[in-house]
Amino acid sequence: MLRVEDTQNHPTAAFSPALLAEMADMVSRYPEGKQKSALLPILHAVQAEQGWLSAEAMDKVAEYLRIESIEVYEVATFYTMYFLRPQGKYMLEVCRTGPCCLVGAEKIMDQIEQTLGVKEGEITPDGLFSWRGVECLAACGFGPVLQIGPEYTFYEKLTPVSVNQLISDLKVKANN
Amino acid sequence: MGRKLLLEHINVPGINTYEVYRSKGGYASVEKALKTLSPDDVVEEVKKSGLRGRGGAGFPTGMKWSFLAKPEGVPRYLVCNADESEPGTFKDRYLMTYIPHLLIEGMIIASYALGAKTSYIYVRGEMMPQIRILEKAIAEAKNAGFLGTNILGTGYDLELYVQPGGGAYICGEETALIESLEGKRGNPRIKPPFPAIAGLYGCPTVVNNVESIAATVPIIRDGGDEYAKIGIGRSTGTKLISAGGNLKKPGVYEIDLGVPVEEFIYSDEYCGGIANGKRLKAVVAGGSSVPILPANLILKTAAGDARLMSYEGLSEGGFVTGTMMGSGGFIAFDEDQCIVRNTWNFARFYHHESCGQCSPCREGTGWMEKVLHRLEHGHGKLSDMDLLVDVSKKIEGNTICPLGDAAAWPVASAIRHFRDEFEWHVTNPQAAVAGNFGLAHYADPLTPVVA
Ligand SMILES: Cc1cc2nc3c(=O)[nH]c(=O)nc-3n(C[C@H](O)[C@H](O)[C@H](O)COP(=O)(O)O)c2cc1C
Ligand code: SF4
Ligand code: FES
Repeated sequence: MLRVEDTQNHPTAAFSPALLAEMADMVSRYPEGKQKSALLPILHAVQAEQGWLSAEAMDKVAEYLRIESIEVYEVATFYTMYFLRPQGKYMLEVCRTGPCCLVGAEKIMDQIEQTLGVKEGEITPDGLFSWRGVECLAACGFGPVLQIGPEYTFYEKLTPVSVNQLISDLKVKANN
Repeated sequence: MGRKLLLEHINVPGINTYEVYRSKGGYASVEKALKTLSPDDVVEEVKKSGLRGRGGAGFPTGMKWSFLAKPEGVPRYLVCNADESEPGTFKDRYLMTYIPHLLIEGMIIASYALGAKTSYIYVRGEMMPQIRILEKAIAEAKNAGFLGTNILGTGYDLELYVQPGGGAYICGEETALIESLEGKRGNPRIKPPFPAIAGLYGCPTVVNNVESIAATVPIIRDGGDEYAKIGIGRSTGTKLISAGGNLKKPGVYEIDLGVPVEEFIYSDEYCGGIANGKRLKAVVAGGSSVPILPANLILKTAAGDARLMSYEGLSEGGFVTGTMMGSGGFIAFDEDQCIVRNTWNFARFYHHESCGQCSPCREGTGWMEKVLHRLEHGHGKLSDMDLLVDVSKKIEGNTICPLGDAAAWPVASAIRHFRDEFEWHVTNPQAAVAGNFGLAHYADPLTPVVA
């Protein structure tokens, strides 16, 4: 949920020129006066740049689209992809729905929890990782699967060994 | 050997690029439609093909198109439903990843038929890689003169955009999808009015699944009559089946509608049987929303006939002994899988995904999840099964959108067919937490019912 203190503890950087250009391009896709349609794509772009959606950032989006702030908040709180507080640099999202569980998704989540040493929704002390279970990612035949934003890179047919390897690769990547 | 109308070229290297797609005959259907057919002719071909919506409901596509209102001076829209979130379904993602131009080509044909000048492909937000793939394909098609103004010199203009969702299963429901495309929460609308009259921005709108739109490409190329020759009865053409769960060869298969289920599961051409030498326990044949069937009833109907992979074949026996084609998400369960655990998992899914507008759905899915949780974790009561059936009945048919039914059916059918497994969870709580009930008698062939 929206919490004002989050914004106070994590002041939002200004939107970059690249982001602003992307926003203008998005608005151009809809008929005159229907610019609110750009809300979901713009929120994705803002989150990709800032890592999450602060109240301050959402207010800026509202102003940009000439809609009320509440219209942005109600969308940001409805959809599961928008983060209303900061996350680890890498958010590992594992599919936890039935078909993936038939092929071992629960073991993958247990392994991640054990390897990272944090529970679902928490951030590792080095700020690098968070993880959570998400619903079916439309790759059930290639499960277990996980994705990592903001590009939503996809990993299929995971095993406890391969997921550990992925985590150590990401650590190396983050330190370079 | 099944025909491949959609996936024929899927393994051709570079088929995701315009050049290779074009060299394999791509965009010929657009040329044929725009240069030799009127929009109404295109609708007529699709009607003749007998194509039924591949998104889940199976409504005839040509008929849906002919219902579109055409008031003077009001824009009309085509929106492609690429939200693909029904558990067990992964065909649209596959198609968009590997052969994106097939969808773009279909979008041009369908937009032309409907008179749409701006069309959107609404892709679930998690499919960011596919969104990039489609955007690249659109740019290539535009560059080649198949999109933009005065396409192929015919005077027809079309802009095509990709819209990301935000992570919400309910946005697959067409009116929720439209709300979402307008930048709002995904709350389904009360119908009527139907989108054909008042959809996107209050204008006449058609929403179609990715596979339905892609299927118009071979339909226009070969003609609706040719397409209708494939399949069986009112289940015409080919269908993409997402095969997952405990199969030896999971993946996306294009079948001629009417293939026997047994052949689909066990033949080497398709799934190659159950993985790890195990036995088949149950199947959810059309995505998580359709009734689950035990092995005996999915292979043969209650009357003892081979069950076929077609709309009519899968629903043979109605709700008592049949299921549905749905979105073609085919999930196989081996003997080690726990039906109670899976039913709880699905109930959790629907509770999580309920948009919350209707009390029966919002509250009912929560109750079902709680009761199933306690059954799975060894705290259930024998009266819980009747309670679950009662709750599911109170949801079914009492909600704004079909998500309520989709949540109710899996629970009701699991209890109908696997009641002794649920009872075993109550009477053997320790064993139920540690292990699984096994196959029981479900995998054995049914004694034929003699009429
Ligand atoms: C809860 C719910 C989820 C749905 N999800 C999808 C989906 O992900 N993709 C889809 O094509 N249709 C989905 N549908 C069906 C659509 O509402 C609609 O019937 C379909 O997109 C029409 O396209 P078609 O006629 O080509 O099948 C869903 C329906 C409901 C009730
Ligand atoms: S049935 Fe459920 S998902 Fe559909 S409108 Fe009602 S509350 Fe929302
Ligand atoms: S259940 Fe995991 S991708 Fe579908």
